[in-house]
Amino acid sequence: MSSPILRLAGLHKSFGALVATDNVTLDLSPGECHALIGPNGAGKTTLIHQISGVLKPDAGRIFFAEQDVTDAAPHERAQLGMARSFQITSIIPGFTVLENVALAAQARSGSSFRFFGRAKAETALNDAAIQALTIVGLEARRDTVAGSLSHGEKRSLELAIALAMAPKALILDEPMAGMGREESARLITTLRELKSRVPILLVEHDMEAVFALADRVSVLVYGRVIASGAPEEIRADPEVRSAYLGEDAA
Amino acid sequence: MKDALEQATSGGGKVSRDWGAIAPAVLVFALLALGPLAAEAYGGAYLTSLLMRMMLLAIAAISLDLLIGQGGMVSFGHAAFIGLGAYVAGIMITEGAADLAMILPMAIVASTVFAVVTGAISLRTSGVYFIMITLAFGQMLFFTASSLSAYGGDDGLTLWERSTVFGFDLLSSNVTLYYLILVTLIGAYALVGALVGSRFGRVLRAAKENPTRVEALGFSVFSYRLTAYVIAGVMAGVAGVLMANQAEFVSPSTLAWQRSGELIIMVVLGGMGLRNGALLGAVALVALEETLSSITHDWRLIFGPLLVLTVLYAKTGLAGVADAWVARLWRRA
Repeated sequence: MSSPILRLAGLHKSFGALVATDNVTLDLSPGECHALIGPNGAGKTTLIHQISGVLKPDAGRIFFAEQDVTDAAPHERAQLGMARSFQITSIIPGFTVLENVALAAQARSGSSFRFFGRAKAETALNDAAIQALTIVGLEARRDTVAGSLSHGEKRSLELAIALAMAPKALILDEPMAGMGREESARLITTLRELKSRVPILLVEHDMEAVFALADRVSVLVYGRVIASGAPEEIRADPEVRSAYLGEDAA
Repeated sequence: MKDALEQATSGGGKVSRDWGAIAPAVLVFALLALGPLAAEAYGGAYLTSLLMRMMLLAIAAISLDLLIGQGGMVSFGHAAFIGLGAYVAGIMITEGAADLAMILPMAIVASTVFAVVTGAISLRTSGVYFIMITLAFGQMLFFTASSLSAYGGDDGLTLWERSTVFGFDLLSSNVTLYYLILVTLIGAYALVGALVGSRFGRVLRAAKENPTRVEALGFSVFSYRLTAYVIAGVMAGVAGVLMANQAEFVSPSTLAWQRSGELIIMVVLGGMGLRNGALLGAVALVALEETLSSITHDWRLIFGPLLVLTVLYAKTGLAGVADAWVARLWRRA
């Protein structure tokens, strides 16, 4: 097995008496989609924040692309190739769709401390952006102001932004949230094609999506990973069923 | 309207629309170029010096809009940079180092240092805190200037000569100084226009709307903002050098917080983040102030409501209105 692109070793984070992350060890290998599930308040978002660098863990280390990034700022992790989407859609609403994605491409192509020359006229950036938009099926909307897109389109735009960063790993925080059935089905197809190229750490509530995409599933409850394994194993695990999946998933 | 707005805020598009975007500014520059002629005909030296002051404030307002309109950084201490440039000029002229070739680099260095130090601290905060901390730094400089007893202290410093340019006494003529200021203004306008459309400007504009997203893309928002802060500070500093020469007088009131507030009003009145906003705002404010104060001593009583009406009914400011007119003309043509 090739070495993991992302590795969390014994992460620990608490807010006062509340332990949000309790000794979490987890990794993401090339070619796989690793899904992180858990009930509300299980500490998924806190964990994502520590991976992306918004929060600093109290203990434990985070390794990305074979570097210790525990103390690195969010933008430094992004420069190493960690792309994330947000639980709440995070785009530049006043920019056009194309410019949103071109900005991401710009982050990957040389210095942006360039004060002259029109960014909009840089074909290399625009081409990379159009390529990413084509993957998510949004190229027809390239000249639309991003703020006026539908919710589902915004989620797709966010994925295109992540892709244009030419990432080494995608960290997706509930990419299907608020999407219609048809839209999420389309997104699942896109992500399934993507995961062989870019490993994906997926936090998702939609069990259908998780079991359709994930090669491995880890279950987080009260900040702790209570089970980790292939989707079938997780589905069969009695502890997981009682803690999380409940009756309706049984 | 919407087209013109998009065009003006994003700085791209087709050539003909580009001309439309800068048309209001070109008109203003053309009229300003006729200023000394008009002064000859009527108004005399008073009109020239009024227009020079207008242009200098416009340079500072344009640089401030790079912070407010493009970067979302509402600095309430921007006059400090004008004052810094003015005092560098005033002190150097008094000490006999009157050549612009020495004063300008010194003013640029001083503005850069002040911007890097105060910006690095201020930019740790945002929103109201940023406003207050920039105000505080501005006031620090204000009181420093007031206590410079060797250079006039509270009373200010009268300059007995203007700067020379590479040894030539060009600026003693008001007309030469006038056109130097006009060229600097056009340069400032063009510079900010280029910056906004550049890679740098794109990051800055994006960070105004969603800094978390921009950070997650791999940009250090802080570094981009600090760079913009330095650029804007240096531009205002250069305006200050010219202002000292124009007025032949430097005093703490150059960098009073009221001046900073006036610059913010220019930016808002003109239309934040619009290509021609700060320019039109500065021209309008100085013109209004002049007209209204000749009518009544309490001109602010009239100006205040006018500003409120602008903010309420023309949210995109004067430049937004101007862009709409241009767009209509363009469609008709």
